[in-house]
Amino acid sequence: MSKILEKTEPAPGVFRYVIEAGEIAHKARPGQFVIIRIDEHGERIPLTIADCLLEQNAIVLFVQPVGKTSIQLSLMIAGDTILDLAGPLGNPTEIRRFGTVALVGGGFGIAALYPIARELTRGGNRVITLLGARTESRLLLRQEMESVSAQVHISTDDGSCGLHGNVTDALSFLIQSGEKPDRVIAIGPLIMMEKIAELTRPLNIKTLVSMNPIMIDGTGMCGACRVQVAGEMKFACVDGPEFDGHEVDFDTVINRLGAYKKEEKESSEEFEDHILGPCSLGERAP
Amino acid sequence: MTGSPKKSDRLQQPRQKDCELNPDTRKHNFQEVSLGYTPEMARLEAHRCLQCKKPKCVMGCPVHVRIPEFVQHIADGEFLEAARVIKETNSLPAVTGRVCPQEDQCEKHCVIGLKSEPIAIGKLERFAADYERTHGKGEPVEVAPPTGKKVAIIGSGPAGLSAAGDLAKLGHEVVIFEALHQAGGVLFYGIPEFRLPKPIVESELDYLKRLGVEIKVNYVIGQIKSLDELMQEDGFDAVFIGTGAGLPYFLGIPGENYNGVYSANEFLTRVNLMHAWDFPHFDTPIHPHKTLAVIGGGNTAMDAARTAMRLPHTERVILIYRRGRDEMPARQEEVLHAEAEGIEFRFLSSPKEITGENGWVNGVVCQPMELGEADASGRRRPVAVEGSETRIPVDAVIIALGSGVNPLIAKSADDLKTDSKGHIELADPEINLTQKRGVFAGGDIVTGAATVISAMGAGKRAALGIHDYLMRSEGTR
Repeated sequence: MSKILEKTEPAPGVFRYVIEAGEIAHKARPGQFVIIRIDEHGERIPLTIADCLLEQNAIVLFVQPVGKTSIQLSLMIAGDTILDLAGPLGNPTEIRRFGTVALVGGGFGIAALYPIARELTRGGNRVITLLGARTESRLLLRQEMESVSAQVHISTDDGSCGLHGNVTDALSFLIQSGEKPDRVIAIGPLIMMEKIAELTRPLNIKTLVSMNPIMIDGTGMCGACRVQVAGEMKFACVDGPEFDGHEVDFDTVINRLGAYKKEEKESSEEFEDHILGPCSLGERAP
Repeated sequence: MTGSPKKSDRLQQPRQKDCELNPDTRKHNFQEVSLGYTPEMARLEAHRCLQCKKPKCVMGCPVHVRIPEFVQHIADGEFLEAARVIKETNSLPAVTGRVCPQEDQCEKHCVIGLKSEPIAIGKLERFAADYERTHGKGEPVEVAPPTGKKVAIIGSGPAGLSAAGDLAKLGHEVVIFEALHQAGGVLFYGIPEFRLPKPIVESELDYLKRLGVEIKVNYVIGQIKSLDELMQEDGFDAVFIGTGAGLPYFLGIPGENYNGVYSANEFLTRVNLMHAWDFPHFDTPIHPHKTLAVIGGGNTAMDAARTAMRLPHTERVILIYRRGRDEMPARQEEVLHAEAEGIEFRFLSSPKEITGENGWVNGVVCQPMELGEADASGRRRPVAVEGSETRIPVDAVIIALGSGVNPLIAKSADDLKTDSKGHIELADPEINLTQKRGVFAGGDIVTGAATVISAMGAGKRAALGIHDYLMRSEGTR
């Protein structure tokens, strides 16, 4: 059982949790994830570890209510407990002295990027961070990212803050301005990561993307999280979650991520009807 | 029942058939198929045993259960005594009585089997274990005085559970580390309820807890802790690795990434461990597939096919195997059960491609095969036959080709030697000692995918090896 110590809503419809995690808090490194199961009837879902708070033996997780489990989680508050928490899973992000590293975060993906930015900066890299969101109010961790980056460039879809456009445009402008990053790490929606990879491919800039496919055990046993990388089958849980963006077959990843769309809808609708009463979630929906 | 029947009468007495649920009923539920023996049936069957002076059946058992002795106790109506004899060498009899391939082990060597059908040793073992579970008074647990030594067991499948039980009885402090939220390994996530009801596994886990074994779930050794950390920081004097074969093989043919293609591990885990058949009451879903193909001919393929048949929307289940019926590695009993439940078999068919539409599976293209020369396994090798390929329309494909080695532990310990396929190499197979000091291993992580009982046998050997290692002076830290 893991207790929720703190819950905040840093952007509308995005929740930040500090969760008791014992040894996981001391072992986890940037890029790794946990698998949680809320209760006896719960499913196992992977969530990226957004930070470790050593003094509290706790980890930070960000949750955006989209399916039944994340909706249920988004309704939990400090003091509630999560039945199962396993981790740290997956391989950590490679932290070395690369030179200039461009970190590209889209929407919810920014949460996963923060510890990577911090460690890369600590490791002597010049970190240029590009953050994208739909609108200014939905921009996550802006100040935190500024504190661990040499530069931060913002872009919003509606132009309410920074560049009026998306992060791919922002990276493209950055490169046109004469920057040539030695490495790019992009975390965000699959479409965004694919576009970033397409942008950097002709420039030959090593680009890592982070996969978050459907998983069950998270230890290699079930093979649900398979990703086609350079024509080979890889498992995101034991071989990833980061892969070379130029080698990932994004079409199959996107297709496989949507495998349970219908069931997710059914499950969350049932949850809303039976536990919340009809339509009570309507006000919350993004 | 008075006295024992004469030898000639025993040979004429037919093997007792156990009761089974009707196939038409059972294929719509997850209840256990075999209902086992009544006490009367068990005694009748036990009386068939010739009580050989040099029992060959015992030699066929990987953990050397004293078979004639326990069978005699059943014949005499001393059922709890029978269970006690079995448990001296086999810590999970209710499990092995159900899932062991007895026809290839103990029963294969039964002398009666030469002239008639062998004694139903497995069913008798199950009877004794079940009787003890329901009628026993929870025998007082006998544990040796504490030795002050700590042993870590990684993985709570059959190998880990049997090692843990034996070590706890010898007075060692035992902690099991399990990666999933539920202990039991393949007994829980893999073998379906209708073959091994989960309360039986739970009661075996309870027994271990009564022996003083601590079980830590959600604990992924290799990720949260290395073997060296367990031994140097957490004070474990020895480690047993029983993590199993946890990395499913796929076919390597086009189309395996379509939605609706599962490894047998994923399919079985969704249904068994995560209760996907009860979606949305449970949160993990499984698609309402209508026609499912299962690829493979082993016990896992049978489990997957029979599980698929039981899902509410299933209309057809087709098992595709590239060799013939006689070459299937699955237990005969499972094949017969699968057939009775309406599973269709396509033998001598090798999948060449999985076809799909809009991202979802819509068929399997199969190449017809014929049997050629025998290969290294002694089975005749399938050879492609020139001619027309067939496409079988299905909306799901479950791949049950076995598993490779899970890399997590070996990745965290450089000094643990592995072979080219990643199996852990043993320095001393007699006691399942690895090349790393104080570290033992057994089960599928060493041998590749095998049976529950052989993993238990490895766990037992390792337990003796660990005990010996700990009690010798050089075993002290």
